[in-house]
Amino acid sequence: MPRLDPCYTRTPEMRAFVTRAVTVGDVYGNDFTTPEQQPTPVIADRPDEPASFRALLETDGRVEPRDEMPEGYRKTLVRQIAQHAHSEIIGMQPEGNWISRAPSLRRKAILMAKVQDEAGHGLYLYAAAETLGVDRADLLDQLHSGRQKYSSIFNYPTLTWADVGAIGWLVDGAAIVNQVPLCRCSYGPYARAMVRVCKEESFHQRQGFEILHTLSHGSEAQKAMAQDAVNRTWWPSLMMFGPPDDDSPNSAQSMAWGIKRFSNDDLRQRFIDMTVPQAEALGLTLPDDAIRWNEERGHYDFTPVDFTELFEVIRGNGPCNEQRLSHRVKAHEDGAWVREAAAAYADKQAARHAQEGAA
Amino acid sequence: MSTPTAYVLALADDALISSQRLGWWISRAPQLEEDVAMANIGLDQLGQARALLSLAGAATGRSEDDLAYLRNERDFRNVCLVEREQADFGVAMARMLVFSTWQHELYSALSGSSDAMLAAISAKAVKETAYHVDHATHWVLRLGDGTDESHARMQAAVDAEWPWRAELFETEFLDDSLVADGVAVDPSGLQGPVEQRLEAVLHQATLNVPDTTSAYSKGRLGRHTEAMGYLLAEMQHLHRSHPGVNW
Repeated sequence: MPRLDPCYTRTPEMRAFVTRAVTVGDVYGNDFTTPEQQPTPVIADRPDEPASFRALLETDGRVEPRDEMPEGYRKTLVRQIAQHAHSEIIGMQPEGNWISRAPSLRRKAILMAKVQDEAGHGLYLYAAAETLGVDRADLLDQLHSGRQKYSSIFNYPTLTWADVGAIGWLVDGAAIVNQVPLCRCSYGPYARAMVRVCKEESFHQRQGFEILHTLSHGSEAQKAMAQDAVNRTWWPSLMMFGPPDDDSPNSAQSMAWGIKRFSNDDLRQRFIDMTVPQAEALGLTLPDDAIRWNEERGHYDFTPVDFTELFEVIRGNGPCNEQRLSHRVKAHEDGAWVREAAAAYADKQAARHAQEGAA
Repeated sequence: MSTPTAYVLALADDALISSQRLGWWISRAPQLEEDVAMANIGLDQLGQARALLSLAGAATGRSEDDLAYLRNERDFRNVCLVEREQADFGVAMARMLVFSTWQHELYSALSGSSDAMLAAISAKAVKETAYHVDHATHWVLRLGDGTDESHARMQAAVDAEWPWRAELFETEFLDDSLVADGVAVDPSGLQGPVEQRLEAVLHQATLNVPDTTSAYSKGRLGRHTEAMGYLLAEMQHLHRSHPGVNW
């Protein structure tokens, strides 16, 4: 039994949040080493794993939809890919909140394109999940009924224009750290979807950095707006990597299956190491006085993240949980008549073509 | 040659305000593919608006943002068709069909404008608006000829939008010499071709062409609907709160 931080073990109820938090953390895998540096995955000798599947993993090959795979592997991937897809489409809302108010037409165009990209990412990811024998409509139902989660980062409000910059820089930045390794995920369709997603995320992060750079070099009010947004976004973005490693019981299996490569804490450290010099370049501070370079470790030290807040947000008590989900459900319900009409029209067209063919 | 500023501004405002309304749909569309499509069309229209605003502002040294953010409601020259709320997907598609079909005819004609910049902007927009018409047409067909409910809702949407199309063909705001000089296209000349195309789609979609009279629509003269003030308040608020800064 790994050592657990007291804050996770307070009550049985809390432990349930930990499990769910791990699930949310699993939305993203991780891997930053070159292939040569990678440890050989330890694959438990499990009787339900087909030999062909194990052979693929051992040779770092890709598992394709037609290949035999263990049920646990399939289920883990469905859950992970679906939650990733849900995160993309719920993530359209906080930034979409500023499309109508973007302060220049150039920024408006960039933001519309960015939110559009997120819808596109959702599409690739649902398509990747569908290769595992599930249906997009069912996955959406699970999102709408709360049975499947999305990343908790999107349960925070975007209060000022600078939040659009902070989301791009920190949230998309953290997503990239999490997602680049997924381009080499053992499941082929997911890996290929992630190649495209990561290219676009990289553009998103740069645009976020650029928004903040412009603000932090602008008027006093603009600079204050930028600093406030970074202060509010910093800790939630660190929580995106999931709970500490000691509390990631699912990670070992995901690592053995080539889905997850690096631990939550390693990724978090990596993100902080990347971000601190960028904050300096922006002329903005990060809201943690303990951040300083540790020569011995070769990393930045920082204050341990207080995950109490993350678990509250996951439990549904974040500032926007209810708003995000009801926005999503309303769009879905308001569009039901449209989807029904499209299906009815397609049926009519098929019948007409069949009739023409018979004539 | 007369200055086309006011004319170009009117076309720019049409595209800008339509794009502003379409942006609302991103994250609210009936399915994910449609979020992508509506964003795409809104982006095309925003691109047209930016090019046209830059052209309109060039003579007086005003930027696209000066014109978009610092004019007041009475100075906007878009038709009222595009400024009204559209929180119903049927209304959004009926409006897109009307507006894009008109834009497609307009830009096709303006590709031959004697103003080289206007001709170039229009030539690019012809390709974009052809896709917008196609997209809206497919939805009007699906909804008109889908279920009983969708047929009724699509007919109601067409009935609601149809009276507002008339302003697209009005000439009151236009300096006659621009048409004579070959800079502008006579709006009244577009009515026949546009309505013929619209009626063909409605017919195929099993929808009736409304025989309603025209709405009182004077956006081209700066007399807008009440919806316009709220749209601009939202769009312009942040920019105006920080005068003179870069974004």
